[in-house]
Amino acid sequence: MGKFEVNLKINDLPVTIEEGTTILDAAQKLNFRIPTLCHHPDLCVAGNCRVCVVEQTGAKTLPAACATPVAEGMEIFTNSAKVRQARKHVVELLLSEHKSECTSCYKNGKCELQELAIEYRISEDTFLKLVEEKGYTIDDLSPAIIKDDSKCIRCQRCVRTCTQIQSISALAVINKGDEQKIATFLDKPMHSVVCTNCGQCVSHCPTGALVEKNYIDQVWDVINDPNLHVVVQTAPAVRIGLGEELELSPGDRVTGKMVAALRRLGFNSVLDTDFSADLTIMEEGTELLTRLKKALVDKDESVKLPMTTSCSPGWIKFIEHKYPEYLDNVSTCKSPQQMFGALAKTFYAEKKGLKAEKVVSVSIMPCTAKKYEADRPEMRDSGYKDVDYVLTTRELAAMVRQAGMDFSALENENYDSIMGKSTGAAVIFGSTGGVMEAALRTAYEIVTGREVPFENLNIMPVRGLKGVKEAKVKIENVKPEWGFLEGVELSCAIAHGLANAKILMDKVKAGEADYHFIEIMACPGGCLGGGGQPMPVSDKIRQKRMDAIYQEDESLEFRKSHENAEVQAIYKEFLGEPLGHKSHELLHTTYKKRKKY
Amino acid sequence: MDAKKLNKVDLIFDQEGCNALEVLDKALECTPDDIINDMIDSGLKGRGGAGFPTGLKWKFTRAEDDPVKYVICNADEGEPGTFKDREILDKVPAKVFTGMAIAAHAIGAKKGFIYVRAEYRFMRKTLQKQVDEFNQILKDKGHDFHIELRWGSGAYVCGEESALFESMEGKRGEPRNKPPYPTKNGYLNKPTVINNVETLVYATMIFRMGPSEFNKLGTADSCGSKVFSVSGDTNNPGIYELEMGLHVNDFVDEFGDGDTKAVQIGGAAGFCVPRKNFNNLVIGFEGIPTGGSMMLFNSTRSMYNVLHDYLEFFTEESCGNCTPCRVGCQQLLKGIEAVKSGGKSPSYLDDLKSLAKTMRTSSKCGLGQSVANPFISIIDNFKEEIIY
Ligand SMILES: Cc1cc2nc3c(=O)[nH]c(=O)nc-3n(C[C@H](O)[C@H](O)[C@H](O)COP(=O)(O)O)c2cc1C
Ligand code: SF4
Ligand code: SF4
Ligand code: SF4
Ligand code: SF4
Ligand code: FES
Repeated sequence: MGKFEVNLKINDLPVTIEEGTTILDAAQKLNFRIPTLCHHPDLCVAGNCRVCVVEQTGAKTLPAACATPVAEGMEIFTNSAKVRQARKHVVELLLSEHKSECTSCYKNGKCELQELAIEYRISEDTFLKLVEEKGYTIDDLSPAIIKDDSKCIRCQRCVRTCTQIQSISALAVINKGDEQKIATFLDKPMHSVVCTNCGQCVSHCPTGALVEKNYIDQVWDVINDPNLHVVVQTAPAVRIGLGEELELSPGDRVTGKMVAALRRLGFNSVLDTDFSADLTIMEEGTELLTRLKKALVDKDESVKLPMTTSCSPGWIKFIEHKYPEYLDNVSTCKSPQQMFGALAKTFYAEKKGLKAEKVVSVSIMPCTAKKYEADRPEMRDSGYKDVDYVLTTRELAAMVRQAGMDFSALENENYDSIMGKSTGAAVIFGSTGGVMEAALRTAYEIVTGREVPFENLNIMPVRGLKGVKEAKVKIENVKPEWGFLEGVELSCAIAHGLANAKILMDKVKAGEADYHFIEIMACPGGCLGGGGQPMPVSDKIRQKRMDAIYQEDESLEFRKSHENAEVQAIYKEFLGEPLGHKSHELLHTTYKKRKKY
Repeated sequence: MDAKKLNKVDLIFDQEGCNALEVLDKALECTPDDIINDMIDSGLKGRGGAGFPTGLKWKFTRAEDDPVKYVICNADEGEPGTFKDREILDKVPAKVFTGMAIAAHAIGAKKGFIYVRAEYRFMRKTLQKQVDEFNQILKDKGHDFHIELRWGSGAYVCGEESALFESMEGKRGEPRNKPPYPTKNGYLNKPTVINNVETLVYATMIFRMGPSEFNKLGTADSCGSKVFSVSGDTNNPGIYELEMGLHVNDFVDEFGDGDTKAVQIGGAAGFCVPRKNFNNLVIGFEGIPTGGSMMLFNSTRSMYNVLHDYLEFFTEESCGNCTPCRVGCQQLLKGIEAVKSGGKSPSYLDDLKSLAKTMRTSSKCGLGQSVANPFISIIDNFKEEIIY
């Protein structure tokens, strides 16, 4: 489309705007907010809720502002009597098809339908209640996601998310008319279909129809049990998301406040997933170098390249379903959450003189797939469930509110020890490209004895919100033991959002890629845009969170995983060496092929 | 108003007076612009219901700068009470194909499709054979146009043009947002002319008889003639081609059983005309438009049951995509049930009428927008029958 400009009037005010812009965006430019439900900045236009209708002079119908492009000479009214009546009707209709139980609903206070009902002072008695007759049952069999059709308004944001952002289509529209609804394949429970538990549908759902399964009450229970020692770990992206969920702004860094809040909630020990992220780099970096050696020097054909990362459980389930022939390419490293969990009930318990069965391990994650991951049968290498409960950033915020804390007024506190130390390399795990950057910072230094050749350690080509990124790093003047890597140009690729992962994997499959190492995160932006992070979300917000992550990295004294003193110590005292016997037992795992639907 | 008396016409099914292939030869010799001008001059408006001027539709599509364009014949015929397209395809298929070929020549399309209602599968073999023969003739004439048959799967909404494209593309049959319109973004997002079966036959006939001859029939707003599907309480159900612009009264005189209390014009999506208005309403774009369905009801009929049936139909056939239509249909249906049973007071009908008006303005496609037509016209004219 060319850059033609169009002149129109909105509520009698003239506006000139680029052709192809929607009425919604044009109105926004004049600071008129038009309510929306099915619209989402991440997604293609649907135009199905009709709550954004506006009046257009001369038109018989009320166009949907989100779906109608501006035209020369248009006269639009965003708040006429006709418009208000139509909007009121739309919200009334949605509520009539909706099981309203706001006081107990997980979405209460964060629900877009509720907001509109309040804004338009909707009475629930105008029309007949239709929802009871539909006989919906709640699907809560998944450890990660609850689907409650009785709260669904059919905006199809979830469907578009799962298709467009994730290329999975685990959710689709079925039936027509009064029986139309959102369903999985054959309307099976979410846990038994191709769903990756990424939670992107959850973080794009305007109502309580799709929510994460919450474990708040269970966590209160263990905290309140004096016989238990409850350790909590916090993922990198939580520290740049929690503030946003607690009325601060996107991108506010709240690491110290978060630690203080967790301590006040009553956790016995507040520790950091960043510690095990650094550990992951040691293991995964070594694994990559070992694979390269076996492939390049030993010509061992059983060794698969490119190697892909394994810290995103949504990605793991995706590849298990969609590209099972590439499972040997996936790093065998557990995710940082699960490394931490396995160590909490072994190394940590030992060091603290605790009985492993008395240790409860809770993790705070930006992610819903981590709930599923913690439930995988492979994740019991300590002899117990390595991670007992996984809470999202949103659930933690709910606990902070329940505990009556004025979060923004909390003084910063520091993590406990052991397993509480981290580096900037671990923090950037929270962003797309971060694992790659952290791995390069360490691997390059192992091989050459020098820092990566990027200014201030910032490997810019792997950063940013571009869907698929590529980078090449030339390895030169290596240490004698790494001679086989002399002159090798390490070829890396990064994808975030599973639709982008698909693009990369299809390229690999078609033999069009020469990558050595691929980083994939299931969620757009990486964990900072995870399915358990604050809502709403958009690229603008993701960018702010990303900026915060890199600021946090630069603010830390140590920015390379191998410089983490606690990581160095654990190898000395407990693990031996990366990829050693103990590591294999506790820190590595296996994958399995799953069906395609 | 300059209404017409009832005048039976024989253009559509006329075989002798019109050799489709001769018409085709004649049309292919004309330039696309000439064809389009003739279509505009004829005053022909679409016979599928919406009544958009056919010549303009072709003109807009021709104006699009795209090497790939399509012509689609809409034979989904889902409107309750219409059964004329089936008859046309059965009796004069060559005229339909010719109309498509003319349209293709006018807009520059090389491919055409006929989207046929699922229930018409019994015609499959014959129709396929006829299409094959016609394709062969086109090929022999060296004309680069090819027609294919596509079959619907039984959803009413797939007759709506953009839902039809989606269905043809193998997707869920849901209407698209408009604009853009099919003339720009149709099947596979290419410029597309989509016309009703009957419209395409008239295109053929306009070439046979000349636009001015066609134009002489009917009124200023409603040129030419139209095929009506007559059903309900009549002694002469069937298919009739009549000059456009006649009074409802004349129609009832001809087809009624002497006890007609209402005529539903335009199918379930159309308007109910009560006896008191027979005299002052014209059937046509200046009065009550219709895709051809004419249902007569006599005094033994309960208009509550009629409306209830229509609402059940819409409740089931709404694609479910947009709120006003999906939920609105259910509310109207349950609403009149509640008023009938006394669960809601009669004044609730006013709330429902107001809701129906919102459905008319705010639904995404013609389906939801037209539910208010039967609803309001039946409630307004037969309120007692709804309440008691
Ligand atoms: C719900 C719905 C169903 C429709 N069904 C049909 C149909 O069965 N046949 C048809 O020709 N047009 C149908 N239409 C109208 C088409 O969208 C379109 O306007 C028509 O095919 C254009 O052809 P015409 O200009 O020749 O009338 C339907 C419209 C709606 C909203
Ligand atoms: S989804 Fe929203 S409106 Fe519905 S019960 Fe929950 S908070 Fe209330
Ligand atoms: S959790 Fe992810 S994969 Fe599962 S349905 Fe939602 S968006 Fe799709
Ligand atoms: S589950 Fe949520 S996102 Fe999906 S259609 Fe229903 S309300 Fe919309
Ligand atoms: S008006 Fe009805 S048929 Fe049309 S898009 Fe909306 S729900 Fe679907
Ligand atoms: S926000 Fe525009 S139709 Fe839903």
